[in-house]
Amino acid sequence: MIKKSREWVTMPTQKRVYMDYSAGKPVDARVVEEMLPFMQSFYGNPSSLHTFGQEALKALEDARAKVARLIGAEKRESIIFTSGATESNNLAIKGVCLRYRDHGTRIVTSSVEHMSVVNPCKFLTTRGFEVIFIPVDDCGIVSLETLEGELTDKTTLVTIVYANGEIGTVEPIKEISKIVHSKNAYLHVDATVANGQIPIDVKNDGIDLLSLSSNDMYGPKGVGALYIKEGIRVEPILHGGGQERGVRSGTENLPGIVGFGKAAEIASKEMQVESARLLRLRDRMIKGLLEPILCSFLNGHSTKRLPNNVSVRYNFIEGESMLLSLDMMGVAASSGSACTAKTLEPSHVLLAIGLKHEEAHGSLMFSLGKDNTEEEVDYVIGLMPEIVKRLRAMSPLTPKELHG
Amino acid sequence: MYTEKVMDHFRNPRNMGEIPDADGIGTVGNPVCGDMMTIYIKVKDNRIDDIKFKTFGCGAAVATSSMVTEIAKGKTLEEAIKITRASVADSLGGLPPIKMHCSNLAADALHAAIEDYHKRQKEVKK
Repeated sequence: MIKKSREWVTMPTQKRVYMDYSAGKPVDARVVEEMLPFMQSFYGNPSSLHTFGQEALKALEDARAKVARLIGAEKRESIIFTSGATESNNLAIKGVCLRYRDHGTRIVTSSVEHMSVVNPCKFLTTRGFEVIFIPVDDCGIVSLETLEGELTDKTTLVTIVYANGEIGTVEPIKEISKIVHSKNAYLHVDATVANGQIPIDVKNDGIDLLSLSSNDMYGPKGVGALYIKEGIRVEPILHGGGQERGVRSGTENLPGIVGFGKAAEIASKEMQVESARLLRLRDRMIKGLLEPILCSFLNGHSTKRLPNNVSVRYNFIEGESMLLSLDMMGVAASSGSACTAKTLEPSHVLLAIGLKHEEAHGSLMFSLGKDNTEEEVDYVIGLMPEIVKRLRAMSPLTPKELHG
Repeated sequence: MYTEKVMDHFRNPRNMGEIPDADGIGTVGNPVCGDMMTIYIKVKDNRIDDIKFKTFGCGAAVATSSMVTEIAKGKTLEEAIKITRASVADSLGGLPPIKMHCSNLAADALHAAIEDYHKRQKEVKK
């Protein structure tokens, strides 16, 4: 059944273009190579005293040092490995709020956060905390004035995304940090999408806790990390054997962590060149997707933007129809339309930048990655006018002037 | 996610377009919800002689619109009013559960077009 419904996707002559790197990335071949010995040769437990265990421990600590280096952490002990960015965000938010609840029960966050930040915050409201969502401007940038106004001496934690994955907008973290610290609150930053794309330095940026994901840097899935600045304590959310300095119990996922370390090392070396390449592709694509088509718009900021993010919208048509049309031509993208989600509401991020529901439904997002080429970008640019024309011809919302 | 039949109707929608001198027009849904469709019917001797649709929405919205026009064409108005959301979904080999609620509006649009036809007939008689 599944095979049958997929047949049209994988027609032998079909060109395939993957532009949904934010949803999932391939693992870098050098990372796979680094991981393999830890499946079958070095399988000891880092907690064990014997040589097998000590070999594993050394690999674990080497990986920790590589991740620490990528984000400018003062020492490798500041890095806690987790099962991914969702766990890192949960650990940071619940961990800090529960540990320091005597300080205050106010949490401040933004209206463009990932659900793995939104939902832990909402959970804490059932435990006596109050959550404030700071609005953003029409480009998705957090209002610093509102942030400052909402910070009280009862604010324990401020959690803000480094860069939003849907619209690509990069937040002014350094300025946010100054405001947050002037009110004696802690700053957690979700850098899941930003990491490996733009340089992040926790000391220079003034970040107290930082969430990272391995797959977002071409490492394996199922691994992430939380940077916790020295001196900050967090309440664990997983209790057990006391691994990861007691903050995150559970035997370490060594192959995954070793892969994450290698991915971080590669990102440290190659990010600058690769991001410059992606940025050129991004701008070429944005221009090519918007210029030939009337009533088309860019979502997010034109320059304060992740190098790989292309988020556009076309009036009078709906996102899922565009995705299906692109998929028929072998192109993988994503949309903020409700129809592509598990809920019936369009993306809260698109609504937060002031889009109407019907505009949010018409959004289309391409996230570029290491295997995308200029030729692929041009292929997609070439497809879009026909797709939009066909769907607009079908839509009762399209004004007469746009037909024909 | 979608059956091959849904994809077939999405790729090659049947009866897409408008009927400028339609005898009945039905519009349901709302762009805010992400799905909106209009069905146009032309009635001859109590039968649906011609039918066309226009749809804003997801793959399921397009496919159900296309399917309902295919089922209704040639039917008497009494037969056509009996077409339900469920029968449209069944004819497409089923829809994902979440789409049953939001995007399966085509039967409603057809019913609205038939009601509009009856209303216009009454006005003509007056």
